Amino acid sequence: MLPRLVRSTPSSRARLGVLLTTLVALGTLTACGSDAEEGDGGTAAGSQEPLVVYVGRDEELVGPLLDQFTEETGIEVDARYAGTTDHLALLLEEGDQTPADVFLSQDAGALGALSATGAARELPAEITDAVMADFTSSDDTWVGVTGRARVIAYNGETLEESQVPTTVDAVTDEEWRGRVGVAPGNASFQAFVTGFRAAEGDDAAAAWLEALAANEPQTFEGNSDVLEAIENGVVDLGLINHYYAYQLAGEVGEGNVATELVFPEAGDPGALVNVTGAAVLSDHPDAEEFVAYLVSEEGQRYFVESTFEYPLVEGIEAPEGLPALADLEGPVEDLADLADLETSIALIDEAGLS
Amino acid sequence: MAAACALSPLVYLLVRTSEVGLDGVADTLLRERLAGWTAASAVLVAAVVLTCLVAGTLTAWLLAATRLPGRRLWLVASALPLAVPSYVAAFSWLDTLPGLQGFWPTWAVLSAACLPYVVLPTTAALRGADLTLVEVARAAGEGPVRAWRRGLVPQVLPAAAAGALLAGLYALADFGTPALMRHEVLPFAIQRQYGSFLGRERAALLALVLVAMALLMVLLERRARGNAQRWSTGTGARRALRPVALGAWAVPAMLLVALPVVVGAVWPVVGLFRRLALGTRRMLDLRELLDAVVATAAVSVAAGTAALLLAGFVGTLAARHGGRLVGTLESASFAGHALPGIVVGLSLVYLSLRVVPGLYQSVAVLAFAYVVLFLPKAVGSVRTSVAAVPPVLAQVAGTLGRSRARAGLVTARLALPGVTAGFLLVVVTAMKELPATLLLRPSGLDTLATEMWSRTSSAAQGAAAPYALALVLLASVPAFLLTRPTSWDAR
Repeated sequence: MLPRLVRSTPSSRARLGVLLTTLVALGTLTACGSDAEEGDGGTAAGSQEPLVVYVGRDEELVGPLLDQFTEETGIEVDARYAGTTDHLALLLEEGDQTPADVFLSQDAGALGALSATGAARELPAEITDAVMADFTSSDDTWVGVTGRARVIAYNGETLEESQVPTTVDAVTDEEWRGRVGVAPGNASFQAFVTGFRAAEGDDAAAAWLEALAANEPQTFEGNSDVLEAIENGVVDLGLINHYYAYQLAGEVGEGNVATELVFPEAGDPGALVNVTGAAVLSDHPDAEEFVAYLVSEEGQRYFVESTFEYPLVEGIEAPEGLPALADLEGPVEDLADLADLETSIALIDEAGLS
Repeated sequence: MAAACALSPLVYLLVRTSEVGLDGVADTLLRERLAGWTAASAVLVAAVVLTCLVAGTLTAWLLAATRLPGRRLWLVASALPLAVPSYVAAFSWLDTLPGLQGFWPTWAVLSAACLPYVVLPTTAALRGADLTLVEVARAAGEGPVRAWRRGLVPQVLPAAAAGALLAGLYALADFGTPALMRHEVLPFAIQRQYGSFLGRERAALLALVLVAMALLMVLLERRARGNAQRWSTGTGARRALRPVALGAWAVPAMLLVALPVVVGAVWPVVGLFRRLALGTRRMLDLRELLDAVVATAAVSVAAGTAALLLAGFVGTLAARHGGRLVGTLESASFAGHALPGIVVGLSLVYLSLRVVPGLYQSVAVLAFAYVVLFLPKAVGSVRTSVAAVPPVLAQVAGTLGRSRARAGLVTARLALPGVTAGFLLVVVTAMKELPATLLLRPSGLDTLATEMWSRTSSAAQGAAAPYALALVLLASVPAFLLTRPTSWDAR
C-alpha cells in the first residue's frame, strides 16, 4: 500500500501543477481579452449602448454592410449571428427581456410569426414606404429588404432549356421520375408550399406534394445541397432559390457552373418571391436608423452586388440577367401569411417527403 | 447543486410541454409519427452501442493484449475520431459521395465517432487488469472460461459499459449527422419543430422522449456495472495480461483497428483538404483564426474545469455511497447529455433570464451549458477511478490526524488520472459544440465551431475548411492526451 502512495504522489502533484498552470494562463488570457473589450467600450460609451442586431443571415454577407453602416453613422453594432429559425426560437424564449434591438431575418414567415406575438414595433412610414408594397409587411411591423425568387434549376450540360418544365406542376410529370432534387425540410421549400396553399388551397398543395412524392424525388438538407447535386449530375432538376447558382458562379467562376435557371411562369404557384426583412424590437434610438439604412440606396446596392438578390426599392436595378421583379407574379398577397408554416410542414410530412 | 445543474433543462421542458395542445393538425401528425421517430432513434442508438461495444472491446484487446505491430501508434490513431466533429465527418463524406443517405451511413459515421469512448478506457482497463484474480478463481476450482469471466471481465466491463453509455447518449442526441444524411430520428424531428417557427412546445415534448430514452440507457448500464465494490490495494504482485502473438491474424486485426479511424478521421480530413484545394474567394484572416483558437481553448477548458468540480461530488458520492438517492442523482446528471444542444441552449435562455438576467449571454452561462451537456463524460470516469481507490486509505489518513477534507485529498490524488480523463473528455467535446454556443455565447466570442458554421451556410465552404482543420488539430491535443495510459490509470 505504502509504496504505491509514495510512487504516485509526486507525479500526480506534477500533473496537477501543469493543469493549474494551464488554467491560470488561460484565465489571464481571457481576462486580458475582456479588459481590452471594456477599453473599446469605454471610448464609445459616451453616446449609446451598442445596437444589438440578431442576424439570421450569413456573417460573410452581412458583416461588411454593418461595418459600412458603423463607419458612416458612428453607431456601434453588436451583431449576433445564428440561423433565422434559431433566432426566432430564441426571441420567443426571451420575450420582452430580449437584448435584441433589431431582428434581421432570412424569411418573411419568421417575421410574421414574431410580429404575431406583438414583439415588433411599428415602423415609420418613411421606412415602409420606401419598399414596393407587395414585398413588405401589411401592418408595418417589419420591412422587406431583399427578394429571392424560387426557380427550377437544371443541369445545362445534360438538358436544353426547351426541355425544362416551366411550372411546378410539370415537375411531377412521369418524365422526371427520380430526376428531381428538393430540400423539403428547408425553410425555403416550406415557404414555397405555404405560398402554394395561400394561392390554391390546402387540398391542391397536398395533391401536388403527393404527386411529387410519387415521382421519387431525391431529397436534400438545403438549397446548396440540391445545387451541388445538380452540378454533380446526381439529379437533373432542382427546386431552389435563384441566387444560389449566382453565388456558386461567384465562388468558382462562371464557366465552371453547369447549372442554369428557369423562372416559373407568372401566376404559377411555384413563382413565389420570398423576402428577407427587418423588424425593430426595442426603443433603441438608433434601431430605426439602422433599418432605414438597409432600405437606403446604399444598403440595397450592397445586397444586389454581393448576393444577387432582388432590391425591393424602386429605381434600383436588379442584378444583370434576372427577369424583372414585377414580371414574377407570385402566389401570395400578404407575405406575413408565410408564417403559417405548421400546416405546410404537416402536409410535406404527410406526403412522405422530408 | 449538481442535480439542479443537470435537471435545469428538464424544468424548462416540462414548462413548455405543459403548453402543448395536442389537438391541431400538426399535433395529430406528431402523434402519428412519434412512434416512428422514437423507433428510428432506438434502433440507431442500439446499433451504435452494440458496434462500439463489440468492435471497441475487440480493438481494446488488440491494443492492450496482443503483439499487434505498431500498437502504440494505433492507439493514438484510434483516438483521432474524437477530434473530428461528427457533423464535419458527415459533411466530408457527403461532399465526396453525395449519395450517402439513410440509416447505414449515419450508423457508420456515428459508430466511428463514438468508438474511442469505448476503446480508450477499455484499453486502459485491460492494461491495468490483474491476472492473479483469474488464478485465484482457477485455484478455487473454476473452469478456465468461468475463471476468466469471474476474474477478468469484472475488471474490464465497467469501463466498456461506461464508454458504451457515452457512445449511446451521443448517438441519441446528435442532430448534425442524421440531418445531413437525412435519417429521421428524434433530434431531427425536434429541429424540424423549431424550424416550423411556432413548434417549440412540441419540440420540448419530443425532447422529453429523448430524456426518457437516456434514463433507460443509464439504468441498463447500471445493471451491467452491478453494485459490487472492487478496489486494488496495489501490493505490487499484480500480473499483467501476457501479449498474444497474432500471426496471420495481424492483417485483419489492423484492418479492424484502421477502419473506424479512416471513416471517422482520415477521410473527413482528406475531404477538408480537398475543399481547401478547391479554393475560395474569401481570404483567410489569420488573426481571426487565432482568436477563435484561443477562445475555443479557453471556454472548453473553463467548461472542463466546471464540469470536473461538479463531477467530483457526484462521482465520489456514486463511488462511495451506492444509495438510491445517489443513484438517482447520478442518473439525473446524464439527462442533459441526451439532449440536442439547441434544447439545452434554449432551456438555459429561459432559466438564466429568470434567475441571473445579468449573466445572460456571458461566458458563465455558456460554460454552465457545457456542464449540463457534458457532465456525464466526467462523472463516469471520476466514479470509476474513485471507486478503484480503497476507501480505507482516507480513513487511515483520518486516524492519523488529517481533517476530513485533507483526508479526502488522498483519494483525490490517487484518482487523479481518471479524473484527468474526465476533464479531457469534456474539453474535447465542448470544443466541438455548436448549437448551444451559437445561442449563448457573449457577442464577439467566436469559437472555431461557430466560425466554421458561419462559413458553411453560404456557398463559401472552402473558407470553412481552415477552421475545421484548426478545430481538428486543437481537439487532437486532448484526444492525444487521452491515449496516454496514465490518463486512465484507474486501478
